[in-house]
Amino acid sequence: MHVLSVRRPRSLRKPLLGAVGLVGFLVVWQLVPTLGLVNSQYLPYVTDVLVRLSEEFGDLAFWRRLGFTMTSWAIGLSVATFAAVVLGTVVGLVPFLRRATHTMVEFLRPIPSVALIPLAVLLFGIQMQAALVIIIYASFWQVFVQVIYGVADVDAVARDTARSFGLTRRERLAYLVLPTALPYLMTGVRLAAAVALILAVTSEMVIGNPGLGRMIELSRSAGDAVGLYALVVVTGLLGLLVNLVFRFVERRSLSWHQSVRGEEVR
Amino acid sequence: MTAQTGRIAVRPRGRGVGRRVAEGFLYPLGLPFLLLVVWGMASTASENRFFPGPLTIFEAFGDTWVGPAFVDDVLPSLYRLALGITASIVIGIAAGTLIGLFQWLRELLEPLLEFFRAIPPPVLIPVVMLLLGITDTMKVVVIVSGAVWPILLNTIDGVRATDSVMSETADSFRITWWERLWFLVLPAASPRIMAGVRQGLSVALILMVISEMFASSAGLGYRIAYFQRNYLIAEMWSGILLLGLVGVLLAATFGVVERRVLRWYHGIREVNRA
Repeated sequence: MHVLSVRRPRSLRKPLLGAVGLVGFLVVWQLVPTLGLVNSQYLPYVTDVLVRLSEEFGDLAFWRRLGFTMTSWAIGLSVATFAAVVLGTVVGLVPFLRRATHTMVEFLRPIPSVALIPLAVLLFGIQMQAALVIIIYASFWQVFVQVIYGVADVDAVARDTARSFGLTRRERLAYLVLPTALPYLMTGVRLAAAVALILAVTSEMVIGNPGLGRMIELSRSAGDAVGLYALVVVTGLLGLLVNLVFRFVERRSLSWHQSVRGEEVR
Repeated sequence: MTAQTGRIAVRPRGRGVGRRVAEGFLYPLGLPFLLLVVWGMASTASENRFFPGPLTIFEAFGDTWVGPAFVDDVLPSLYRLALGITASIVIGIAAGTLIGLFQWLRELLEPLLEFFRAIPPPVLIPVVMLLLGITDTMKVVVIVSGAVWPILLNTIDGVRATDSVMSETADSFRITWWERLWFLVLPAASPRIMAGVRQGLSVALILMVISEMFASSAGLGYRIAYFQRNYLIAEMWSGILLLGLVGVLLAATFGVVERRVLRWYHGIREVNRA
Protein backbone atom coordinates (compact mmCIF):
# COMPACT_ATOMS: atom_id res chain seq x y z
CA MET A 1 0.00 0.00 0.00
CA HIS A 2 2.77 2.38 0.90
CA VAL A 3 4.74 1.42 -2.15
CA LEU A 4 1.93 2.54 -4.42
CA SER A 5 1.38 5.95 -2.89
CA VAL A 6 3.19 8.60 -4.85
CA ARG A 7 5.00 11.35 -3.03
CA ARG A 8 2.60 14.24 -2.83
CA PRO A 9 3.77 17.81 -3.34
CA ARG A 10 4.27 19.32 0.08
CA SER A 11 1.29 21.39 1.02
CA LEU A 12 1.78 24.77 2.58
CA ARG A 13 -0.82 24.03 5.22
CA LYS A 14 1.48 22.43 7.72
CA PRO A 15 4.22 25.03 7.96
CA LEU A 16 1.60 27.76 7.83
CA LEU A 17 -0.38 26.35 10.73
CA GLY A 18 2.85 25.83 12.64
CA ALA A 19 3.79 29.47 12.12
CA VAL A 20 0.34 30.54 13.25
CA GLY A 21 0.78 28.49 16.41
CA LEU A 22 4.16 30.05 17.09
CA VAL A 23 2.90 33.60 16.53
CA GLY A 24 -0.18 32.86 18.63
CA PHE A 25 2.03 31.74 21.49
CA LEU A 26 4.13 34.89 21.28
CA VAL A 27 1.00 37.08 21.23
CA VAL A 28 -0.43 35.32 24.29
CA TRP A 29 2.91 35.74 26.06
CA GLN A 30 2.83 39.46 25.24
CA LEU A 31 -0.78 39.82 26.37
CA VAL A 32 -0.40 38.12 29.75
CA PRO A 33 1.84 40.79 31.31
CA THR A 34 0.14 43.56 29.32
CA LEU A 35 -3.24 42.72 30.80
CA GLY A 36 -1.63 42.43 34.21
CA LEU A 37 -2.45 38.75 34.67
CA VAL A 38 1.13 38.21 35.78
CA ASN A 39 3.42 40.98 36.94
CA SER A 40 5.91 41.84 34.20
CA GLN A 41 8.66 41.50 36.79
CA TYR A 42 8.02 37.78 36.77
CA LEU A 43 6.91 37.30 33.20
CA PRO A 44 8.54 40.01 31.09
CA TYR A 45 7.12 41.22 27.79
CA VAL A 46 8.05 39.03 24.87
CA THR A 47 9.24 42.08 22.96
CA ASP A 48 11.75 42.87 25.71
CA VAL A 49 12.99 39.30 25.68
CA LEU A 50 13.40 39.29 21.91
CA VAL A 51 15.30 42.58 22.02
CA ARG A 52 17.58 41.18 24.70
CA LEU A 53 18.05 38.05 22.63
CA SER A 54 19.26 40.05 19.65
CA GLU A 55 21.58 42.03 21.93
CA GLU A 56 23.03 38.80 23.26
CA PHE A 57 23.69 37.55 19.76
CA GLY A 58 25.87 40.61 19.16
CA ASP A 59 27.74 40.17 22.42
CA LEU A 60 31.08 38.41 22.41
CA ALA A 61 30.77 37.37 26.06
CA PHE A 62 27.58 35.51 25.21
CA TRP A 63 29.31 33.51 22.48
CA ARG A 64 32.17 32.72 24.83
CA ARG A 65 29.71 31.31 27.37
CA LEU A 66 28.01 29.34 24.65
CA GLY A 67 31.46 28.07 23.68
CA PHE A 68 32.13 26.85 27.23
CA THR A 69 28.85 25.00 27.35
CA MET A 70 29.28 23.41 23.94
CA THR A 71 32.89 22.45 24.67
CA SER A 72 31.98 20.46 27.75
CA TRP A 73 29.02 19.03 25.82
CA ALA A 74 31.23 17.90 22.93
CA ILE A 75 34.01 16.45 25.10
CA GLY A 76 31.54 14.67 27.35
CA LEU A 77 29.55 13.25 24.47
CA SER A 78 32.61 11.99 22.58
CA VAL A 79 34.23 10.37 25.60
CA ALA A 80 30.96 8.73 26.61
CA THR A 81 30.25 7.49 23.09
CA PHE A 82 33.73 6.09 22.61
CA ALA A 83 33.74 4.30 25.96
CA ALA A 84 30.22 3.00 25.44
CA VAL A 85 30.93 1.66 21.96
CA VAL A 86 34.08 -0.17 23.06
CA LEU A 87 32.63 -1.59 26.27
CA GLY A 88 29.21 -2.23 24.75
CA THR A 89 30.67 -4.20 21.84
CA VAL A 90 32.81 -6.34 24.11
CA VAL A 91 30.04 -6.98 26.61
CA GLY A 92 27.44 -7.50 23.90
CA LEU A 93 29.51 -10.04 22.00
CA VAL A 94 30.48 -12.18 24.98
CA PRO A 95 27.43 -13.87 26.52
CA PHE A 96 29.28 -14.55 29.76
CA LEU A 97 30.05 -10.88 30.28
CA ARG A 98 26.52 -9.88 29.34
CA ARG A 99 25.03 -12.12 32.00
CA ALA A 100 27.61 -11.16 34.60
CA THR A 101 27.20 -7.42 34.15
CA HIS A 102 23.41 -7.39 33.83
CA THR A 103 22.54 -6.60 37.46
CA MET A 104 25.36 -4.10 37.72
CA VAL A 105 24.07 -2.22 34.68
CA GLU A 106 20.47 -2.36 35.87
CA PHE A 107 21.51 -0.87 39.19
CA LEU A 108 23.90 1.80 37.94
CA ARG A 109 21.82 3.02 35.03
CA PRO A 110 18.81 4.41 36.90
CA ILE A 111 21.00 6.35 39.36
CA PRO A 112 20.20 9.93 38.49
CA SER A 113 23.44 11.48 37.30
CA VAL A 114 22.74 14.66 39.24
CA ALA A 115 23.14 12.64 42.43
CA LEU A 116 26.84 12.54 41.56
CA ILE A 117 27.16 16.33 41.43
CA PRO A 118 28.33 16.63 45.08
CA LEU A 119 30.94 13.95 44.49
CA ALA A 120 32.14 15.62 41.30
CA VAL A 121 32.45 18.95 43.10
CA LEU A 122 34.49 17.35 45.87
CA LEU A 123 36.82 15.71 43.39
CA PHE A 124 37.33 18.51 40.91
CA GLY A 125 35.98 21.70 42.43
CA ILE A 126 34.25 24.31 40.31
CA GLN A 127 35.76 23.25 37.03
CA MET A 128 34.79 21.76 33.75
CA GLN A 129 36.01 18.32 34.86
CA ALA A 130 33.30 18.19 37.49
CA ALA A 131 30.69 18.87 34.83
CA LEU A 132 32.28 16.29 32.56
CA VAL A 133 31.88 13.55 35.18
CA ILE A 134 28.13 14.19 35.23
CA ILE A 135 27.78 14.52 31.46
CA ILE A 136 29.78 11.39 30.71
CA TYR A 137 28.00 9.31 33.33
CA ALA A 138 24.57 10.24 32.04
CA SER A 139 25.23 9.92 28.32
CA PHE A 140 27.33 6.77 28.63
CA TRP A 141 24.35 4.61 29.58
CA GLN A 142 22.22 5.85 26.69
CA VAL A 143 24.77 4.64 24.16
CA PHE A 144 25.97 1.59 26.08
CA VAL A 145 22.55 -0.02 26.40
CA GLN A 146 21.74 0.60 22.74
CA VAL A 147 25.08 -0.87 21.61
CA ILE A 148 24.52 -4.00 23.69
CA TYR A 149 21.07 -4.47 22.16
CA GLY A 150 22.38 -3.76 18.69
CA VAL A 151 25.34 -6.11 18.89
CA ALA A 152 23.15 -8.88 20.26
CA ASP A 153 20.59 -8.34 17.50
CA VAL A 154 22.73 -9.94 14.76
CA ASP A 155 20.57 -12.23 12.66
CA ALA A 156 21.30 -15.88 13.45
CA VAL A 157 21.19 -16.99 9.81
CA ALA A 158 23.53 -14.17 8.77
CA ARG A 159 25.92 -15.08 11.55
CA ASP A 160 26.00 -18.73 10.59
CA THR A 161 26.43 -17.81 6.94
CA ALA A 162 29.34 -15.57 7.79
CA ARG A 163 30.90 -18.33 9.79
CA SER A 164 30.54 -20.96 7.09
CA PHE A 165 32.01 -18.54 4.56
CA GLY A 166 34.99 -18.38 6.85
CA LEU A 167 34.91 -14.65 7.60
CA THR A 168 37.58 -13.64 10.04
CA ARG A 169 36.70 -11.98 13.31
CA ARG A 170 37.56 -8.56 11.96
CA GLU A 171 35.48 -9.09 8.84
CA ARG A 172 32.55 -10.28 10.90
CA LEU A 173 32.79 -7.13 13.00
CA ALA A 174 32.93 -4.88 9.95
CA TYR A 175 30.33 -6.53 7.72
CA LEU A 176 27.98 -8.15 10.18
CA VAL A 177 28.03 -6.60 13.63
CA LEU A 178 28.57 -2.99 12.61
CA PRO A 179 25.70 -2.75 10.11
CA THR A 180 23.36 -4.46 12.56
CA ALA A 181 24.32 -2.30 15.48
CA LEU A 182 24.56 1.00 13.61
CA PRO A 183 20.87 1.96 13.81
CA TYR A 184 20.88 1.25 17.54
CA LEU A 185 24.11 3.18 17.95
CA MET A 186 22.72 6.19 16.11
CA THR A 187 19.60 6.21 18.28
CA GLY A 188 21.78 5.97 21.36
CA VAL A 189 24.03 8.81 20.25
CA ARG A 190 21.06 11.03 19.41
CA LEU A 191 19.54 10.45 22.85
CA ALA A 192 22.94 10.91 24.47
CA ALA A 193 23.47 14.22 22.67
CA ALA A 194 20.24 15.60 24.13
CA VAL A 195 21.03 14.25 27.60
CA ALA A 196 24.58 15.62 27.45
CA LEU A 197 23.26 19.08 26.63
CA ILE A 198 20.77 18.95 29.49
CA LEU A 199 23.50 18.00 31.93
CA ALA A 200 26.03 20.46 30.53
CA VAL A 201 23.64 23.31 31.28
CA THR A 202 22.44 21.78 34.55
CA SER A 203 25.90 21.24 35.97
CA GLU A 204 26.79 24.83 35.15
CA MET A 205 23.72 25.95 37.04
CA VAL A 206 24.43 23.82 40.10
CA ILE A 207 28.23 23.56 40.16
CA GLY A 208 28.90 27.05 38.82
CA ASN A 209 31.52 26.40 36.16
CA PRO A 210 31.35 29.08 33.47
CA GLY A 211 28.81 28.73 30.69
CA LEU A 212 25.17 29.41 29.80
CA GLY A 213 23.89 27.56 32.87
CA ARG A 214 25.83 29.75 35.27
CA MET A 215 24.58 32.84 33.45
CA ILE A 216 21.01 31.62 33.94
CA GLU A 217 21.62 31.16 37.64
CA LEU A 218 23.28 34.60 37.86
CA SER A 219 20.37 36.30 36.08
CA ARG A 220 17.97 34.62 38.46
CA SER A 221 19.79 35.72 41.59
CA ALA A 222 20.22 39.22 40.13
CA GLY A 223 16.48 39.40 39.46
CA ASP A 224 17.11 39.97 35.75
CA ALA A 225 13.95 38.31 34.46
CA VAL A 226 14.41 39.50 30.88
CA GLY A 227 17.89 38.04 30.68
CA LEU A 228 16.72 34.82 32.30
CA TYR A 229 13.93 34.27 29.78
CA ALA A 230 16.22 35.17 26.91
CA LEU A 231 18.73 32.54 28.03
CA VAL A 232 16.02 29.93 28.47
CA VAL A 233 14.98 30.59 24.87
CA VAL A 234 18.62 30.23 23.83
CA THR A 235 18.94 26.83 25.51
CA GLY A 236 15.73 25.74 23.84
CA LEU A 237 17.05 26.77 20.43
CA LEU A 238 20.30 24.99 21.21
CA GLY A 239 18.43 21.81 22.11
CA LEU A 240 16.41 22.07 18.92
CA LEU A 241 19.58 22.52 16.87
CA VAL A 242 21.28 19.51 18.47
CA ASN A 243 18.18 17.40 17.80
CA LEU A 244 17.97 18.47 14.17
CA VAL A 245 21.66 17.92 13.49
CA PHE A 246 21.68 14.46 14.99
CA ARG A 247 18.47 13.45 13.26
CA PHE A 248 20.04 14.57 10.01
CA VAL A 249 23.23 12.61 10.68
CA GLU A 250 21.17 9.58 11.60
CA ARG A 251 19.22 9.74 8.35
CA ARG A 252 22.31 10.19 6.26
CA SER A 253 24.30 7.39 7.84
CA LEU A 254 21.34 5.02 7.75
CA SER A 255 20.08 5.90 4.29
CA TRP A 256 20.57 2.25 3.30
CA HIS A 257 18.53 0.98 6.23
CA GLN A 258 14.95 -0.20 5.98
CA SER A 259 13.64 2.12 8.66
CA VAL A 260 14.80 5.19 6.72
CA ARG A 261 14.06 3.89 3.23
CA GLY A 262 10.54 2.92 4.30
CA GLU A 263 9.89 6.46 5.47
CA GLU A 264 11.19 8.01 2.28
CA VAL A 265 8.77 6.07 0.11
CA ARG A 266 5.76 7.24 2.05
CA MET B 1 39.68 -26.88 12.50
CA THR B 2 39.43 -29.21 15.41
CA ALA B 3 37.51 -26.62 17.30
CA GLN B 4 34.96 -26.45 14.50
CA THR B 5 34.30 -30.18 14.41
CA GLY B 6 34.14 -30.33 18.16
CA ARG B 7 31.25 -27.93 18.12
CA ILE B 8 28.98 -30.28 16.17
CA ALA B 9 28.87 -33.04 18.71
CA VAL B 10 27.45 -31.19 21.67
CA ARG B 11 27.58 -33.18 24.84
CA PRO B 12 24.42 -32.84 26.90
CA ARG B 13 25.47 -30.62 29.73
CA GLY B 14 24.83 -31.75 33.26
CA ARG B 15 22.54 -29.19 34.79
CA GLY B 16 22.14 -30.35 38.34
CA VAL B 17 20.42 -28.37 41.05
CA GLY B 18 23.73 -27.14 42.41
CA ARG B 19 24.76 -25.77 39.09
CA ARG B 20 21.48 -24.02 38.55
CA VAL B 21 21.60 -22.39 41.97
CA ALA B 22 25.16 -21.32 41.34
CA GLU B 23 24.16 -19.76 38.04
CA GLY B 24 21.12 -18.08 39.56
CA PHE B 25 23.21 -16.41 42.24
CA LEU B 26 26.65 -16.09 40.77
CA TYR B 27 25.69 -14.32 37.58
CA PRO B 28 23.58 -11.56 39.09
CA LEU B 29 25.50 -11.11 42.32
CA GLY B 30 29.05 -12.12 41.48
CA LEU B 31 30.27 -8.94 39.85
CA PRO B 32 28.66 -6.49 42.32
CA PHE B 33 30.13 -8.49 45.19
CA LEU B 34 33.54 -8.57 43.57
CA LEU B 35 33.47 -4.82 42.97
CA LEU B 36 32.44 -4.13 46.55
CA VAL B 37 35.34 -6.21 47.84
CA VAL B 38 37.79 -4.45 45.53
CA TRP B 39 36.40 -1.08 46.56
CA GLY B 40 36.68 -1.98 50.23
CA MET B 41 40.27 -3.06 49.88
CA ALA B 42 41.20 -0.04 47.76
CA SER B 43 39.66 2.42 50.21
CA THR B 44 41.41 0.78 53.16
CA ALA B 45 44.72 0.93 51.37
CA SER B 46 44.45 4.47 50.04
CA GLU B 47 44.54 7.73 51.92
CA ASN B 48 41.90 9.43 49.78
CA ARG B 49 39.15 10.42 52.14
CA PHE B 50 36.64 11.10 49.39
CA PHE B 51 36.18 7.36 48.83
CA PRO B 52 35.23 5.66 52.09
CA GLY B 53 34.78 1.90 52.04
CA PRO B 54 31.40 0.27 51.48
CA LEU B 55 31.11 -0.74 55.14
CA THR B 56 31.52 2.88 56.28
CA ILE B 57 28.91 3.95 53.75
CA PHE B 58 26.43 1.28 54.83
CA GLU B 59 26.92 2.31 58.43
CA ALA B 60 26.37 5.97 57.54
CA PHE B 61 23.33 4.93 55.55
CA GLY B 62 21.71 3.43 58.64
CA ASP B 63 22.67 6.35 60.86
CA THR B 64 21.57 9.00 58.39
CA TRP B 65 18.41 7.82 56.79
CA VAL B 66 16.77 5.50 59.29
CA GLY B 67 14.84 7.60 61.75
CA PRO B 68 13.51 11.16 61.61
CA ALA B 69 15.44 12.01 58.44
CA PHE B 70 13.30 9.51 56.59
CA VAL B 71 10.13 11.35 57.57
CA ASP B 72 11.60 14.85 57.20
CA ASP B 73 13.62 14.52 54.02
CA VAL B 74 12.89 11.34 52.14
CA LEU B 75 9.11 11.09 52.35
CA PRO B 76 8.35 14.68 51.26
CA SER B 77 10.71 14.27 48.31
CA LEU B 78 9.07 11.03 47.27
CA TYR B 79 5.63 12.56 47.76
CA ARG B 80 6.48 15.47 45.46
CA LEU B 81 8.00 13.06 42.97
CA ALA B 82 4.88 10.89 42.95
CA LEU B 83 2.62 13.91 42.63
CA GLY B 84 4.70 15.32 39.78
CA ILE B 85 4.81 12.02 37.92
CA THR B 86 1.07 11.44 38.29
CA ALA B 87 0.27 14.94 37.09
CA SER B 88 2.66 14.59 34.14
CA ILE B 89 1.11 11.29 33.08
CA VAL B 90 -2.46 12.57 33.37
CA ILE B 91 -1.76 15.87 31.61
CA GLY B 92 0.50 14.25 29.02
CA ILE B 93 -1.95 11.54 28.03
CA ALA B 94 -5.03 13.78 28.09
CA ALA B 95 -3.49 16.61 26.10
CA GLY B 96 -1.60 14.21 23.85
CA THR B 97 -4.75 12.28 22.94
CA LEU B 98 -6.61 15.48 22.18
CA ILE B 99 -3.80 16.88 20.04
CA GLY B 100 -3.20 13.56 18.35
CA LEU B 101 -6.85 13.15 17.34
CA PHE B 102 -7.16 16.48 15.52
CA GLN B 103 -4.77 17.01 12.69
CA TRP B 104 -5.14 20.80 12.58
CA LEU B 105 -4.39 21.04 16.29
CA ARG B 106 -1.33 18.89 15.83
CA GLU B 107 -0.02 20.99 12.98
CA LEU B 108 -0.77 24.15 14.90
CA LEU B 109 1.15 23.12 17.99
CA GLU B 110 3.93 20.92 16.63
CA PRO B 111 6.75 23.50 16.33
CA LEU B 112 5.90 24.89 19.76
CA LEU B 113 5.93 21.49 21.41
CA GLU B 114 9.20 20.55 19.74
CA PHE B 115 10.71 23.72 21.12
CA PHE B 116 9.45 23.14 24.64
CA ARG B 117 10.72 19.60 24.59
CA ALA B 118 14.15 20.81 23.48
CA ILE B 119 14.55 23.15 26.46
CA PRO B 120 16.78 21.41 29.02
CA PRO B 121 14.23 20.87 31.83
CA PRO B 122 16.38 22.11 34.76
CA VAL B 123 16.55 25.51 33.05
CA LEU B 124 12.86 25.88 33.86
CA ILE B 125 13.56 25.75 37.61
CA PRO B 126 14.55 29.45 37.83
CA VAL B 127 11.57 30.39 35.67
CA VAL B 128 9.07 28.49 37.79
CA MET B 129 10.75 29.85 40.91
CA LEU B 130 10.23 33.35 39.59
CA LEU B 131 6.58 32.71 38.83
CA LEU B 132 5.57 30.73 41.90
CA GLY B 133 8.15 31.55 44.56
CA ILE B 134 9.94 28.88 46.56
CA THR B 135 7.14 26.57 47.55
CA ASP B 136 6.26 22.91 47.38
CA THR B 137 3.91 23.65 44.50
CA MET B 138 6.84 25.11 42.63
CA LYS B 139 8.80 21.86 42.98
CA VAL B 140 5.91 19.79 41.73
CA VAL B 141 5.36 22.20 38.84
CA VAL B 142 9.06 21.97 38.00
CA ILE B 143 8.82 18.18 37.83
CA VAL B 144 5.72 18.37 35.64
CA SER B 145 7.20 21.05 33.38
CA GLY B 146 10.06 18.70 32.51
CA ALA B 147 8.49 15.25 32.62
CA VAL B 148 5.33 16.03 30.69
CA TRP B 149 6.95 16.56 27.26
CA PRO B 150 8.16 13.06 26.44
CA ILE B 151 4.79 11.65 27.55
CA LEU B 152 2.84 14.27 25.61
CA LEU B 153 4.80 13.90 22.38
CA ASN B 154 4.84 10.12 22.49
CA THR B 155 1.10 10.05 23.11
CA ILE B 156 0.56 12.28 20.07
CA ASP B 157 2.70 9.97 17.96
CA GLY B 158 0.98 6.87 19.28
CA VAL B 159 -2.54 8.21 18.76
CA ARG B 160 -1.67 9.31 15.27
CA ALA B 161 -0.23 5.94 14.36
CA THR B 162 -3.43 4.03 15.14
CA ASP B 163 -3.80 1.22 12.62
CA SER B 164 -5.97 2.49 9.77
CA VAL B 165 -7.77 -0.83 9.23
CA MET B 166 -8.77 -0.89 12.86
CA SER B 167 -10.04 2.67 12.88
CA GLU B 168 -12.03 2.04 9.70
CA THR B 169 -13.47 -1.07 11.29
CA ALA B 170 -14.40 0.99 14.32
CA ASP B 171 -16.05 3.52 12.03
CA SER B 172 -18.14 0.93 10.25
CA PHE B 173 -19.26 -0.60 13.54
CA ARG B 174 -20.36 2.87 14.59
CA ILE B 175 -18.68 2.71 17.92
CA THR B 176 -19.29 5.80 20.03
CA TRP B 177 -16.55 8.35 20.46
CA TRP B 178 -15.79 7.37 24.04
CA GLU B 179 -15.75 3.65 23.27
CA ARG B 180 -13.46 4.31 20.39
CA LEU B 181 -11.12 6.30 22.60
CA TRP B 182 -11.08 3.70 25.35
CA PHE B 183 -10.98 0.50 23.30
CA LEU B 184 -9.08 1.53 20.21
CA VAL B 185 -7.07 4.73 20.40
CA LEU B 186 -5.57 4.48 23.88
CA PRO B 187 -4.63 0.78 23.68
CA ALA B 188 -3.13 1.32 20.24
CA ALA B 189 -1.07 4.20 21.56
CA SER B 190 -0.09 2.52 24.83
CA PRO B 191 3.29 1.10 23.75
CA ARG B 192 4.37 4.58 22.71
CA ILE B 193 2.85 6.13 25.81
CA MET B 194 4.75 3.74 28.04
CA ALA B 195 8.00 4.56 26.26
CA GLY B 196 7.27 8.22 26.93
CA VAL B 197 6.49 7.56 30.58
CA ARG B 198 9.78 5.74 30.95
CA GLN B 199 11.66 8.80 29.69
CA GLY B 200 9.51 11.06 31.83
CA LEU B 201 10.34 9.12 34.99
CA SER B 202 14.06 9.69 34.75
CA VAL B 203 13.56 13.37 33.98
CA ALA B 204 11.23 13.66 36.97
CA LEU B 205 13.80 12.13 39.30
CA ILE B 206 16.52 14.47 38.05
CA LEU B 207 14.26 17.47 38.54
CA MET B 208 13.26 16.38 42.02
CA VAL B 209 16.92 16.31 43.05
CA ILE B 210 17.92 19.55 41.35
CA SER B 211 14.92 21.57 42.46
CA GLU B 212 15.82 20.61 46.02
CA MET B 213 19.48 21.40 45.56
CA PHE B 214 18.44 24.81 44.31
CA ALA B 215 15.68 25.99 46.51
CA SER B 216 14.94 24.01 49.59
CA SER B 217 15.85 23.46 53.18
CA ALA B 218 14.72 19.85 53.24
CA GLY B 219 14.53 16.90 50.92
CA LEU B 220 16.95 14.40 49.49
CA GLY B 221 18.68 16.72 47.05
CA TYR B 222 19.17 19.41 49.69
CA ARG B 223 20.49 16.88 52.19
CA ILE B 224 23.11 15.48 49.82
CA ALA B 225 24.33 18.94 48.84
CA TYR B 226 24.44 19.86 52.54
CA PHE B 227 26.59 16.82 53.38
CA GLN B 228 28.96 17.69 50.56
CA ARG B 229 29.37 21.30 51.68
CA ASN B 230 30.14 20.15 55.20
CA TYR B 231 32.54 17.43 54.10
CA LEU B 232 30.42 14.66 55.57
CA ILE B 233 31.74 12.28 52.96
CA ALA B 234 30.28 8.97 54.10
CA GLU B 235 26.87 10.57 54.61
CA MET B 236 27.05 12.10 51.15
CA TRP B 237 27.81 8.70 49.66
CA SER B 238 24.91 7.18 51.56
CA GLY B 239 22.68 9.83 50.01
CA ILE B 240 23.91 8.94 46.53
CA LEU B 241 23.21 5.32 47.37
CA LEU B 242 19.69 6.20 48.50
CA LEU B 243 19.02 8.15 45.31
CA GLY B 244 20.29 5.17 43.35
CA LEU B 245 17.89 2.92 45.24
CA VAL B 246 15.01 5.28 44.50
CA GLY B 247 15.97 5.20 40.82
CA VAL B 248 16.17 1.42 40.76
CA LEU B 249 12.86 1.05 42.59
CA LEU B 250 11.20 3.48 40.22
CA ALA B 251 12.54 1.58 37.22
CA ALA B 252 11.47 -1.76 38.70
CA THR B 253 7.96 -0.51 39.49
CA PHE B 254 7.67 0.86 36.01
CA GLY B 255 8.82 -2.49 34.59
CA VAL B 256 6.05 -4.33 36.46
CA VAL B 257 3.37 -1.83 35.42
CA GLU B 258 4.58 -1.84 31.84
CA ARG B 259 4.46 -5.60 31.61
CA ARG B 260 0.89 -5.60 32.89
CA VAL B 261 -0.32 -2.79 30.67
CA LEU B 262 1.44 -4.05 27.55
CA ARG B 263 0.94 -7.76 28.11
CA TRP B 264 -1.10 -8.08 24.93
CA TYR B 265 1.50 -6.13 22.98
CA HIS B 266 4.46 -8.25 24.03
CA GLY B 267 2.31 -11.30 23.31
CA ILE B 268 1.66 -10.14 19.75
CA ARG B 269 5.31 -9.39 19.17
CA GLU B 270 6.33 -12.80 20.41
CA VAL B 271 3.83 -14.49 18.10
CA ASN B 272 5.08 -12.42 15.18
CA ARG B 273 8.66 -13.33 15.92
CA ALA B 274 8.00 -17.05 16.21
